[in-house]
Amino acid sequence: MVENRIEQAKKPLKAPPKRRWNGVKRNWDLYLLILPVVIYFLIFKYYPMYGVQIAFKDFIAAEGIWGSPWVGWEHFIRFFESFYFERLIGNTIGLSLYNLVIGFPIPIILALLINEIRYKKAKGFVQTVTYAPHFLSTVVVVGMLFLLLSPNGLVNQILGLLGISEIAFMTSPEWFKTTYVFSDVWQQMGWSSIIYLAALAGIDPQLHEAAKIDGASRLRRIWHVNLPGIRSTIIILLILQTGSIVSVGFEKVFLMQNQLNMEASDVIATHIYRTGIAGAQYSYSAAIGLFESAINFFILIFVNYTAKKTSQTSLW
Amino acid sequence: MKQSTGDRFFGIAVYMCVALITLIVLYPLVYVLSASFSDPAAILRGELWLFPIDPTIESYKSVFQNEDVWIGFRNTFLYTTLGTAFNLLLSIMVAYPLSRKDFYGRNVLTIFLVFTMFFSGGMVPTYLLVRDLGMLNTIWAVIVPGAVSVYNVVIIRTFFQNIPNELRESAELDGCSNIQYLIKILLPLSKPVIAVMVLFYGVGQWNAFFDALIYLTDRNLFPLQLFLREMLIQDQLSEMVQVSDSTLDNHALTVEGLKYAVVVVASLPMLVLYPFLQRFFVKGVMIGSIKG
Repeated sequence: MVENRIEQAKKPLKAPPKRRWNGVKRNWDLYLLILPVVIYFLIFKYYPMYGVQIAFKDFIAAEGIWGSPWVGWEHFIRFFESFYFERLIGNTIGLSLYNLVIGFPIPIILALLINEIRYKKAKGFVQTVTYAPHFLSTVVVVGMLFLLLSPNGLVNQILGLLGISEIAFMTSPEWFKTTYVFSDVWQQMGWSSIIYLAALAGIDPQLHEAAKIDGASRLRRIWHVNLPGIRSTIIILLILQTGSIVSVGFEKVFLMQNQLNMEASDVIATHIYRTGIAGAQYSYSAAIGLFESAINFFILIFVNYTAKKTSQTSLW
Repeated sequence: MKQSTGDRFFGIAVYMCVALITLIVLYPLVYVLSASFSDPAAILRGELWLFPIDPTIESYKSVFQNEDVWIGFRNTFLYTTLGTAFNLLLSIMVAYPLSRKDFYGRNVLTIFLVFTMFFSGGMVPTYLLVRDLGMLNTIWAVIVPGAVSVYNVVIIRTFFQNIPNELRESAELDGCSNIQYLIKILLPLSKPVIAVMVLFYGVGQWNAFFDALIYLTDRNLFPLQLFLREMLIQDQLSEMVQVSDSTLDNHALTVEGLKYAVVVVASLPMLVLYPFLQRFFVKGVMIGSIKG
């Protein structure tokens, strides 16, 4: 998706300065049109990036961000040495990786399965049903988790029938990550599969015909035709996902978090919210936020570089 | 060509897997719907499996007697309509120039936008900005900070680019300005992508709660999702239900039933709309993924 655009960006503009100026003059109204949005981005996206310097300062409300005194790396060091550091890093990366390992392949498998359905109506029904949870809000989904996974909820009733004793899913740390990951799969697998289905629809039918003539079974054709056909889509999405490995879906973690599962549910983003917004320790939590963004950014660059080297597919 | 035994067996396995997945996704939804119409006592006793037990609409009555629900609906409706209109306007204003091959600086501007997808100032500097702009506890705090999704801009731009350039050239010969071309020719031709965007942004706004959580403290401005959070997750329902029941047990039961009903009430508008709009959504995801 981003690939093409970046390709275009690589080509230098060859127009001589005079023609370029004429072009600008002729399309002055387009510049006028885009100007408000550029200003909007400068204010709401780039100004906060500039404001990140608060992480290196001691924020004093009366002085504002600019007037507050510099303190260098103090807040970062305090964070690295704090009691929470290891727990936060462990939980954040643990949850992301768990989510990636389970949540990434399932939509691919689902798309391959849906693609094998021959009856149009059945296919439509399956798609309609599996996409539906995507339209529920995070609050509603977490609310449903509390209802269905409570000690006397549906899931524990079913477990009871199977002779398994009650599990306190929402209040025990050991179940937090599993509950998070699998409810996410439940909500998003159908929706995430759309992209792969689109890619599968784009595969040349002649490849399948040729494989059939060579006597390939359906399973073999999935393996040797379908999977290679959606390979570049898979890689691009994998890069995008790993790029946000340190910033797991904050909203849902935040909603599922409570005093009892804190040990497993406290991630960097919720910690920033607690110390920063709720606790008003602006500088300290901005430092943690910057640390998070920086790691994300480097992981993205690293994964993109690796993908480029090994598979010639990359974001840029 | 006749299917081999292996292929036929494989086909059956596929259908069984798909049926199982569909069931897993569908069952919790049906269960919640049934539970909302059931006698709460029966749910707690574990008698409910598929169809409502002792069908009743008592839970729904209590939901609509709740003042917070009405305030929430009113605000969410306001934020969704205003927010979506604002999102759409800004997105088109930026997507149109970027779709033009003769627009100098489009590459630089594209990178300027895309960079914000991967790097941001973070929660705290953004919060301080919104605070300094005096937007705390105003409807602007919910609508303005997340107004443009770069991802959606890319979708719109791609769609614009696929409309033949000859059309613009001939319009230009007839003396049509850039803005006139956008309003009179391009936008009417872009109804499908605009529909997709209204839906994407609309669903996003309907379900949003995070900006409201950070920036709003005035309960009169809370969107529905924040009230839902209190009712479903923070368990503050007990205090909100008008206590007309004499016994505490009865009270707890009312609360339990209310939760199911409130889930249904909050999600129904989206879930009812969605099957009709599904093809638009799917198209949007596809435009966004294949090209770009």
